[in-house]
Parts: sequence; structure tokens; C-alpha cells
Amino acid sequence: MTVLHSAPKFASNEGVIESLSGVLGSMLVSAKEEHGEVVFTVARDQIENVLRLLRDNHEYQQLMEIAGVDYPSRPERFEVVYMLLSVTKNHRLMVKVSAAENTPVPTVTTLWPNAGWLEREVFDMYGVIFAGNPDLRRILTDYGFEGHPFRKDFPLTGYTELRYSEEDKRVVYEPVKLAQDLRQFDFMSPWEGADYVLPGDEKVAQQPAPPPVAEPKTTEKKGDSGAGGKTDAKADDKVAPGGKDGTIAGQGQGNPAPVTTDKKEPGAPDPTGDRPDRGATGGASADEGNGPAPEGS
Amino acid sequence: MSIQLEQSPTTGDDVITNYTINFGPQHPAAHGVLRMVMELDGEIIERIDPHVGLLHRGTEKLIEHKTYLQALPYFDRLDYCSPLAMEHSYVLAIEKMLNLEVPIRAQYLRVLFAELTRICNHMLNIGSHVMDVGAMTPNLWLFEIREDCLNFFERASGARMHSAWFRPGGVHQDVPLKLLTDIADWLDTRLPTLFEDAMSLVVDNRIFKQRNVDIALVSKEDALAWGFSGPMIRGAGIPWDLRKSQPYDVYDRMDFEIPVGTNSDCYDRFMVRVEEVRQSARIMKQCLAEMPEGPIASSDRKIVPPKRGEMKQSMESLIHHFKLYTEGFHVPEGEVYVATESPKGEFGVYLVSDGSNKPYRCKIRPTAFSHLQAMDFMSKGHMLPDATAILGAIDVVFGECDR
Repeated sequence: MTVLHSAPKFASNEGVIESLSGVLGSMLVSAKEEHGEVVFTVARDQIENVLRLLRDNHEYQQLMEIAGVDYPSRPERFEVVYMLLSVTKNHRLMVKVSAAENTPVPTVTTLWPNAGWLEREVFDMYGVIFAGNPDLRRILTDYGFEGHPFRKDFPLTGYTELRYSEEDKRVVYEPVKLAQDLRQFDFMSPWEGADYVLPGDEKVAQQPAPPPVAEPKTTEKKGDSGAGGKTDAKADDKVAPGGKDGTIAGQGQGNPAPVTTDKKEPGAPDPTGDRPDRGATGGASADEGNGPAPEGS
Repeated sequence: MSIQLEQSPTTGDDVITNYTINFGPQHPAAHGVLRMVMELDGEIIERIDPHVGLLHRGTEKLIEHKTYLQALPYFDRLDYCSPLAMEHSYVLAIEKMLNLEVPIRAQYLRVLFAELTRICNHMLNIGSHVMDVGAMTPNLWLFEIREDCLNFFERASGARMHSAWFRPGGVHQDVPLKLLTDIADWLDTRLPTLFEDAMSLVVDNRIFKQRNVDIALVSKEDALAWGFSGPMIRGAGIPWDLRKSQPYDVYDRMDFEIPVGTNSDCYDRFMVRVEEVRQSARIMKQCLAEMPEGPIASSDRKIVPPKRGEMKQSMESLIHHFKLYTEGFHVPEGEVYVATESPKGEFGVYLVSDGSNKPYRCKIRPTAFSHLQAMDFMSKGHMLPDATAILGAIDVVFGECDR
């Protein structure tokens, strides 16, 4: 695939997977190159050895980032991704392990001191345990926070909110109360694979479909409507007799024929007195020369 | 009552126990909401435990609930001192996944404004650094420059700080020619005058040197091991700049130099930033001289919405406009880690897509996280007032650190 984008260009990935796959041997689970990124998935208990090997023998000197990702449908739901940078080879590498809530990942604070906070963050946000990290406290969340907020099953609104209480003269924590539900729109096209269940329609799916009717109901002649004899009789009446005096644009043929009655039509109200002393109404532009100059001109 | 001299801790040979003080979270030298628990032996710092996260807003979680375009303005609010640099990593990450070509004029505009952002950011950092160690005047002068930068952002995007101007596929709007000529004038006249005047007060100042030279020495090995980047790693003498080594947009066409420190102390980090301002001005002049005419965003209508005038004339454009501003575009499955040289260092975005119109995961790599973590070993053995100088030389902003 030709590279069209203008994202940072580091050294070529060519041959990296082949050479490093051989080095990692049985510690490697899978390797792929996608979107110009080389990603190695390795065995969880070997992560420290893998990274030590990459740092000491293959010049990946810097650990830039540790990212957690949550895939709740997987048996081991979390992924921990280590971003490595080689300043001598000018190359980047991602190394991944998967983990569950109860399977600790070996720490890499033994290799890079800055892994301490990065692991603390993954622990705080996802609850991944790093075995051997000497200081695995929470880092970004509040003192006394419970739960791991970046898990996919943690609601965006959270569970508690805090406010300053004027009565207690301190900040109080309360369960989240929303005046209106948090609205989520996804705007997916209904005809492009999105499977929507409209509110109320979920019952339809549970009920079996009604049996087909032997004789389908039609309304082809009067009397089929089931509205009663009076309505059927009325249906024969002409609403208004059609006139013959031309057409109304866009409305088809004719006006209704005028019906003469002996009732007097209500007349138009008398006009109010005309006011000859009053000049022509209009904007200030009527006589610009005479009036005071508008402000700011 | 009088103090009995025999029991006074300042006399005699009694051992004084260490004591712990709390620095911040509300302190003018903390550059935001940083709380540091410091263990002091007299006035010597023994240990620092920075407590971060007081500004944690869960940006990464919020981004997972927004479309790719809706998530963009969150990046302005990370490092609110250099908003466009944050957007840069994000739009490049999206473009890398889409393999989307950006028109050359848009790349020039991005580089121009990324460098203007760098100047804007360094004005704040240099100014507050000198103020943290006692100088008042330079900061006021440098804020003049920063104000000019913000005015340029406003004229380009309509917003002084939270521009949301870089978009996947280009930039949001073209700039008027008058803005480019005004920037060129400013680079020739106002910027050098104000900046060099302010620096002439600082760089050779005896007090400033006493407060910064030989403070917080970091060896090359330590800088690599602690994940330093940006002026921190260059201050330690490693010529590493992502604009040079991993060029993005049109940085590979630019002619500029990478300043490095020789002594790897706070003074070197400061001087690296001072020189970076001059180099940024140099890059901006090249951008202005070379910038071609042309489109400012990709013409791929499945990703970049049409302009409003076009949308009112053409049915197809109307549909594209509607779809892109409601559903947004879909990004192919996969993951990328894209890092750019923000004014503070390597700012990275790890983007995971599941093929839908929202990011599955967007991990932001803040620069301050690694640097602040090193605060403990950098401050060890220094005096308490040196902590503000060290912190100032780190250039930390908590919108980005805490996310």
C-alpha cells in the first residue's frame, strides 16, 4: 500500500518482524504489521524478559508509554501495550500482553524507572495488577475512589458526584443524580447494518408472529368500511357541485358553484377616518439631509 | 515563657528528624494543580512524592463516546498552553489509519501554526520559569508576544485558545492573505525585539544563573531511562527531535537546527527553549515563503465535509455534510501510535479503532507524566527553593498530565 498520509515517518519496518520473531522464540504469541505499526503479542509472564531483550540487545532504549485497553468479550479482557522507542535505530515498536483481573502482569519497573507511574495508571484505570511494582497506588482518580473508570462496563457518568455543602461547610459525596438521562447518539444508518430496536418494539420480538388470516380484509366497495349505513348513504352525496368557470391554478377544475340564498352577507366594517395630516410612513432614510446625523457616522 | 537553649533544636548536636511539608495543590509555582509531599532534612529535599490527577477529567473515556470529529476539541483542552500541537498528533493518527493524503498547503499551514504554538507555549514557560526564580519584568514582555500569538490563532480559527482548527484531512478554514503578511511582519519586527530584549535581561543574569546552573543534573542514561523527550532530553545533550528524526507534514522540507544542552541542568533546558523559539521563527519564515496556493483540506468527501457554500448548492454535498456531522466517518480497524514533537516533548496518541465511527480506545501519552515522575530523583539533595526552578524547567501543564 502506498503511503499517502503525512504522519511521522520512522525507519522502515522491513525485516523487523522476521528478525525479532526469531529472537523472541517461544515467548512470542503473534506478530503483525498493520497501518505501518509493528505489534508483537507476547506471553504475559515473559514480558519482562522480552522487554529486557529488546532494550539490551536491540537498542529499544526508551519506554514511552504503557496503555491499557479493555475488550470485555475476551476471556482475558485487558490488553497492556508497551510503546518502545529506539533513538539510535529511529524505530518504534508495540509489545502487547493480555491479562485478566486476577492475572498479574510482571512489572517492568526493574527495566525503566518511569514504568512506575505508567503501571500505576493502568492499574488505576483498568485494575490490571502489576506484580512487583513497589508502589502500586492509584494515581489519577480521587483519594478513596472505588472502581476502575476506564473499563467498558463503568458508566460514563460514574457513580458518585461531589459538591460543596453549605450546611456542612465541606465537600460531600453523593450518588449521581441526573436531571435527564445521559443521551447517547450513534447516528448509524439504519440501512447499513445497524440493528435498532425502537422503544416498545422489544416486545414484538418476544411474541410469536400472529397466524395469517384466512380472508384478508379489503374496502373495495362502500359497505366494506364497517362504518354503518348512515355513513354509506352520506358517501353518495356530492360535496359541492362542480362549477364550469375556469380552473384554479394548481387546484384543478372549477370553483364550487355559487349557491344563492336570501340571507344577507355581512358587510365590511366602515373604514376608520383617513388622516391627511400624517406623512408617508417609512424608515429614517426618507429624508437623510434634514435630520440629525446618526450616531457614530 | 522563654525557650530553653539546651532544648532548642538549633543548638547542640541533636539529630533533627526529617519533616514533611505539603507543596500545593494551590501554589503559584506549581503551574496548576500539583500537590507534592516533600520530605525535608532542614532545607534539603530528601524525597518528593508528586500527587497528580487533581485535574483528571476522564478525557480518554469521553473520547470513546464521541465520533472522531467530536473528540477533536478535547485535545485543545489537554495542554491548554499549546492547543494546536495536541490536535496535531490526533489528526495525524486518524490520517495514518485512513491513509489519507493531505494537500500540501494544509501541511504548510499546520506546520506554520504548530510552530506559532511552540512560540506561544515557550513564552508562557520561559516567562513563568524566570518568574518562579524571582524575575518579574521578562514575564510581562513575553506575555505581549503570547498575546500576539493568541490574536493570530483567533484570526485563523475564531478562537484564541481552543482553536479546533486542525481537522482530519487538512485544516478547517483557509487563512486570509493579510494574516500571513501580518505574521511575516511580526516575525521580522515585534517578535525579535520583544523576545531578545526580554532575554537580554535573563540569560546572563547572575541571579538567574545562580538559581539554575548545576540544578537538577540528569545524565544521558537517566534521560533515556526515564522516558524524557522534548527540551528535557535535548537539555541532557541528546539531539533527539521528532521533527527531524521522524518528520511529519512538511517538516522534512524545513531547514532548522536542534539546540542541545551541554551541562544538562535547568539552565540548559531553559536555553534550549530560548533557542527553539528562534528556530521556530525560522521555520515559520520558510513556511510563509514556500507556502503554495491550493486546497486546504482533502477532497475525499467521505471524510472531509464540503464547505457551506457548496452544501447549499448541491444535493450530494448536503448529504455528505449531514452524514459527516451526524454519523461521522468510519475508520478501518486497527491500532496506531502516533507521536509528534509538541513544545513540551513527545505527545503521543495511541488510537484503537473497531471500524465504527467512534474511537474504541484513545490513549494519550502526556509529556509531563514521565518528566514529573523524575522530579523525585532530580530534586534529591537540592534546596527547597530549587524545587520551583526544577518544576519550571520541566514545563508541566496539568490539563495534559492528568487528562
